[in-house]
Amino acid sequence: MMETALTEAVYYILLSLLTPMHGYGIMQNAETLSGGRVRLAAGTLYGALSTLVAKGWIENVPDGGEAGRQKKYRITRLGREVLEGEWNRLGELYENGRMLLKGEDRTI
Amino acid sequence: MRKTVHKVIWGWDFDKEEAWLNDMAAKGLSLISVGLFRYDFEETDPGEYQIALELLEHTPNHPETEQYFRFLEETGVEQIGTVFRWAYYRRKTVDGPFEVFSDKESRMKHLIRILWLIALVAGGNFYAGVYNLWLFHLWHNPISLLGIISFVLCALCCWGIWKLWKKIKALKEEGQIYE
Repeated sequence: MMETALTEAVYYILLSLLTPMHGYGIMQNAETLSGGRVRLAAGTLYGALSTLVAKGWIENVPDGGEAGRQKKYRITRLGREVLEGEWNRLGELYENGRMLLKGEDRTI
Repeated sequence: MRKTVHKVIWGWDFDKEEAWLNDMAAKGLSLISVGLFRYDFEETDPGEYQIALELLEHTPNHPETEQYFRFLEETGVEQIGTVFRWAYYRRKTVDGPFEVFSDKESRMKHLIRILWLIALVAGGNFYAGVYNLWLFHLWHNPISLLGIISFVLCALCCWGIWKLWKKIKALKEEGQIYE
């Protein structure tokens, strides 16, 4: 179902939101998961979250009526499908790389 | 102690402006408030803060912007002030490297937003210039010749658009190889 690759930011946002969390949590999570390599800047993250909500890949978690509190997000069923599709695509890239680069099987 | 600096920097040179403000912050002078071509600094520990600026998508008092500022605050970003749609931020260096955008796509979107704003100003000035010259043609009132200033401003904006376009093109070319 996927036509193109997800950006690294979107991949880590979707991955993070398998557990509901707020924006700052996503930033920290992405950084920890990638060993400090992926730093999502606030402006980029904010834009990506709005786009993903509009696409229906993530949604706001209804808060307990606390006005002005940080918004929490979680992944939707559709978002999960997209994430799994991307994971498969990355697996294919990885597998082909391993095969040709490491010469484990030169017969294609 | 506070220090005020007056300096003219055009919108298309916002990255140079950001670099200059960061140089000041590294020396221990952090931006504390802004006005049109005016910068107020306060003394801090050298390198305590990092500065960034952004052309907002909406006006500074738009509800969307308020929500956005709240989001930034949660990530440790302090909003210093706004000039028209330009917003100035700072964040403590201990929180890590500070940027508003971290990938090519969002950087490009931001550049295109600036380009449109400048194109609008250029168009407005061109219109004002033509209108004034037409008035001069009708009434021969020398004051209408001030319309020439509009053409100069329009030309300046076109120069800015060209500089921005080069930046956007460079990002696009890089984007064909890297995300």
